[in-house]
Amino acid sequence: MYNFNFEPVFAGFDQLLLGAWLTIQLSVAAMILGLIVSIACAAGKTSGVAPLRFLIDAYIEVIRNTPFLVQIFFIFFGLPSLGLRLTPNGAALLALVVNFGAYGTEIIRAGIESIQKGQVEAGTALGLSKLQIFRYIIMKPALRTVYPALTSQFIYLMLTSSVVSAISADDLAAAGNNLQSQTFASFEVYIVITIMYLVMSVGFSMIFSAIEKAAFKYPLSR
Amino acid sequence: MPLIRPFGINEFWIIVFAAQWTIALSAIAFAGGGIGGLLIALLRVSDAKWPRLVATGFIRVFQGTPLLMQLFLVFFGMNIMGFAINPWLAATVAFTLHASAFLGEIWRGCIEAVPPGQREAATALGLRYYNRMRYIILPQASKIAVAPTVGFLVQLIKGTSLAAIIGFTELTRQGQIINNATFSPFLVFGTVAAVYFVLCWPLSVLARRMEIRFSRATTR
Repeated sequence: MYNFNFEPVFAGFDQLLLGAWLTIQLSVAAMILGLIVSIACAAGKTSGVAPLRFLIDAYIEVIRNTPFLVQIFFIFFGLPSLGLRLTPNGAALLALVVNFGAYGTEIIRAGIESIQKGQVEAGTALGLSKLQIFRYIIMKPALRTVYPALTSQFIYLMLTSSVVSAISADDLAAAGNNLQSQTFASFEVYIVITIMYLVMSVGFSMIFSAIEKAAFKYPLSR
Repeated sequence: MPLIRPFGINEFWIIVFAAQWTIALSAIAFAGGGIGGLLIALLRVSDAKWPRLVATGFIRVFQGTPLLMQLFLVFFGMNIMGFAINPWLAATVAFTLHASAFLGEIWRGCIEAVPPGQREAATALGLRYYNRMRYIILPQASKIAVAPTVGFLVQLIKGTSLAAIIGFTELTRQGQIINNATFSPFLVFGTVAAVYFVLCWPLSVLARRMEIRFSRATTR
């Protein structure tokens, strides 16, 4: 019978906490940058310029139909031959942004398409500029509509980010790899880490629903 | 023999043929996950409280933790339970459990989407649980389920790439091995990505088409 030995895991728990903090930082940074990419791509896709739309479609399809692990290998090992040399952490962030951007674009595009044409026409009639229309009439209600989809995509991003440990970027999974190579308590380390990921995903979904209640209080229609 | 060999047509074909292990692993996990997923979905919509709670917990844990950690836990867990470390077995078990949880949640939604009147009518006709599920509920739910299930298959195929990290030689791992020998990562991982794309893209398109056709058929 196997004897569980959690002592070395808890002795190195501060390493794991630091790793969890790095995972949160990495995911939040990737989501913010990824959202900017998504909004730009969604705006480009709905703009109606055909070559631009084709390029964005190609980007989305390539990212959504290849594994994240291969994307990160391509960015970390492949891009240096094009002269772009990245640190593991930089490559991890870039890969997560590129990956989130593809999924986020589709989510935001769905939100933009849910806005009725009459709203935009009303904005034009009121003399709002193109940017003002995009900012206040399209994006604000669109983001509200797709908020639940975006938050679950964020949690998925955070879970996916564990893969960056494969190129030895710093995150919770990498902290776990280090700890298990020092203590040899592999199963114990990974069970604690898995629970930490579970706590983070439950915690974030609670935070997100609190934000939803506070930020989207204004009525939908009158 | 030189230490670094060039990336030639042979290396290209080695990578392409490694896709068979990706397909094999995906197929086994999909078949196992299909059986497990049906069980989870049925438990999840059960009238009894405990089966429902167990199924909900199972789904929550697998959807709230990284696939990589699930893989590690099964890999090292088999070791401490006395099995020899075997990437094939670990990957098969981990991906089957993972697929069971996700398919279970997808199919729960499909079962619940069948109008409640169908179930009530079946009960009124005197059909017991098995016959009610077998002849009334599941045939209707399966129609709704096809598109999201194909969509999940794409996710599963991509997910099997993580088996490379525990040393299972499938498409991604073969790419790493070839890259270590040829050191042309741009070509190697470009090829690997292209093979995944060829596997996944037709399924994605199919899922999208079926979804559109289904929503057209159901909106009157």
